[in-house]
Amino acid sequence: MSFAIIAVFTVAGALAAMTLRNLVHCVLALVVAFTGLAGLYLQLGAQFVGFAQILVYVGAVAILIVFAMLLTQSHEPLAHLTVAPGWVTSSLVAVAVFVILAWSIRSSAVGARSIQPRPEITVRNIGDSLMSQFVVPLEVTGLLLTAALVGAVTIAMREQRMNR
Amino acid sequence: MTETMDQIFVLLKHRILAHSPVSVQPIFSAALSAIAILVVFATLFALTTILERKGLGRFQNRYGPNRVGPFGLLQPLADGLKSLTKEDIVPHSADGVVHMLAPIVLVVAAFLGYAVLPLGRNMTAINLDAGLLYFFAASSVVELAIFMAGWSSRNKYSLLGAMRAIAQMISYEVPLILSTITAVMAAGSLSTGAIVESQTGYSGIWPHWFVFTPWGFAGFVLFMIAGIAESNRSPFDLPEGESEIIAGYFVEYSGFKFALFFLGEYIGMFAICGLAITLFLGGWAAPFSFLTWAPSYFWFFAKLLVLIAMLIWVRATLPRLRMDQLMNFAWKFMLPMALINLFAASTWHFTPPGAIRWIVGTILIAVPYLLLGRGLMQSNKLEKRTYRFAD
Amino acid sequence: MLGEGILKGLAETARNFFGSFVSKERLTTVQFPEERLPQPEAARNFPFLVYDGDDSQAGLRCVACQICEKECPPKCIFIQKSSDKKPDYIGKQQFYPAVFNIDVSVCMSCQICVEVCPFDAIEMDNAFELSTTDRFRGLLWSREQLAKPNSYFHNIHPATAAEVDERLAEAKARAEAKAKPTVAASTTSQPDSQTTTS
Repeated sequence: MSFAIIAVFTVAGALAAMTLRNLVHCVLALVVAFTGLAGLYLQLGAQFVGFAQILVYVGAVAILIVFAMLLTQSHEPLAHLTVAPGWVTSSLVAVAVFVILAWSIRSSAVGARSIQPRPEITVRNIGDSLMSQFVVPLEVTGLLLTAALVGAVTIAMREQRMNR
Repeated sequence: MTETMDQIFVLLKHRILAHSPVSVQPIFSAALSAIAILVVFATLFALTTILERKGLGRFQNRYGPNRVGPFGLLQPLADGLKSLTKEDIVPHSADGVVHMLAPIVLVVAAFLGYAVLPLGRNMTAINLDAGLLYFFAASSVVELAIFMAGWSSRNKYSLLGAMRAIAQMISYEVPLILSTITAVMAAGSLSTGAIVESQTGYSGIWPHWFVFTPWGFAGFVLFMIAGIAESNRSPFDLPEGESEIIAGYFVEYSGFKFALFFLGEYIGMFAICGLAITLFLGGWAAPFSFLTWAPSYFWFFAKLLVLIAMLIWVRATLPRLRMDQLMNFAWKFMLPMALINLFAASTWHFTPPGAIRWIVGTILIAVPYLLLGRGLMQSNKLEKRTYRFAD
Repeated sequence: MLGEGILKGLAETARNFFGSFVSKERLTTVQFPEERLPQPEAARNFPFLVYDGDDSQAGLRCVACQICEKECPPKCIFIQKSSDKKPDYIGKQQFYPAVFNIDVSVCMSCQICVEVCPFDAIEMDNAFELSTTDRFRGLLWSREQLAKPNSYFHNIHPATAAEVDERLAEAKARAEAKAKPTVAASTTSQPDSQTTTS
């Protein structure tokens, strides 16, 4: 029941994000979809991921998109619904990808596996494993993000110097 | 007797719940907590508006409002009636739906944070394992609401105000969260209940609050500064700078929607203060061991009122910052200090208890503070300001 | 040291806060409707018509010369001359205003009407609480509302009033001195006016 409500919510948000004409409305619809996803995570008992989803996607990514949109171009709504050229091919590709994924999931051993009782995953467990088992990937991700940040700052600074 | 007084609201809730069927009890319990929070904090909001106006008056050698009712205490009621009866104006070119949703999203997001604040012993609405994360997730939605308000009004000033507000809130969220991590490290949990529990002990009569450690004090100060910025309050209220952008993101709001913005702002401020109490000031714990007979919720609200008074005091004292000062302060002072504080906190944990720990901890914070302060003063050439025309 | 100024400022405001409870001199606010500061002598807001004697309508000094009506920059004065005449303070036959209205909402308190009045009949009042619930009739003051006794004038602007009285007394004395030889002429003029009224 609650899954159905959240799923409808999420899909409606995603559809609206694709079809609405005003870009800001699209972002707000996308936020609805993000929130719905967070709701799904919470329903599955993944508190940390759910809250992180809201914190990162609603609090940061959506705001980032908004900033990028407002700072780059005029946000006048388009007069009519535009469809990208070659939409037939792209939708065919999308359907094909979906079919292949669905088929591979169906035929894999996952479906045959018996459902095990859900382990109680606390935030402490996540923290412990992040700091022990997955410390290298965590650090690599951190390094990558820092590099991206430094790169962005460098690009911005060079532009400023050229303007002078 | 003391025990009953302390748990009276918890017992009352259980008594009410006992009369309802078992199937609806979880929902009913949540609803009861939500209603209690809504009523208590909305009342506190009304009380704070009048206290703030009277307090600000006294800080500026004025009387403050004293006309409505005895000592002007009915002023919030008059203000509320006024905002209810005012015309609700929506600009012609505004985006109607978003314009209407923005204040609602703001107030809802502001209230969400209270779900994890321990207002007293066993008085947390939901004791989440990732309580602190939830709190910040909920408060991050406020930014979106502010953007919605600023954008949907179709007004340059409100859009500018919204951009300022978002830029400010994103910048100050970093030191805000970094300064809370010290308390999380000390308590070893993200759950607000566990963080308070870890501060309830006493040595002699002195409590084990985190604020009474070098890193805790620095963390508390950093948290409060970032929190004031986060709730867009003076001296960080430049998103609504009247002199330059009229009122920022809520220029185009009138009547009850404006009141909702006002409510949301204060509710957010109380939530930040409540979190500061939870993290650094021992939550509902009594300040001295011989005062534990008073109910736990009393201590929480007493501390909350003290913090609110502090914020009013700060508001009465400091002028508004400029945008570049604000950003420089966030990234050149707050962020390095928060990181240094994190280092100091971890050093504290790995040093055996005793005087040496205190000395090392204090030095680790005081020396960078002094150096950073001196460096910033010199680089900005902050001298006594001279005015060309004012003299 | 960084933050020193903030602490100093906080101390200053705290001193204000507690000081305002202790010393009354700090609170400079005058609680208006209950407490009032005395108005300065030169305070002025809205004109009134001075009358002598006890009858507020018969004793009006105004002779309906309409100079003030013409000079009024925002044109807030409306005067209708009477058809008959009556004697003024020196006994000379003069018209009097049948209608004398001033619109409170239009008047800009410039005092030009007072400056131009040759008879010292209009003076500035310092009453300022003129608000009303009726924005049409309530703001249009008639002759009856505008008339105030000379003693009131003495009360609000003692120096000016004394000066005006002196001037009027002088004028009256001069007129009497001039009129003495021709008492008969003035008495003959009286039935003259009576004939015009009838």
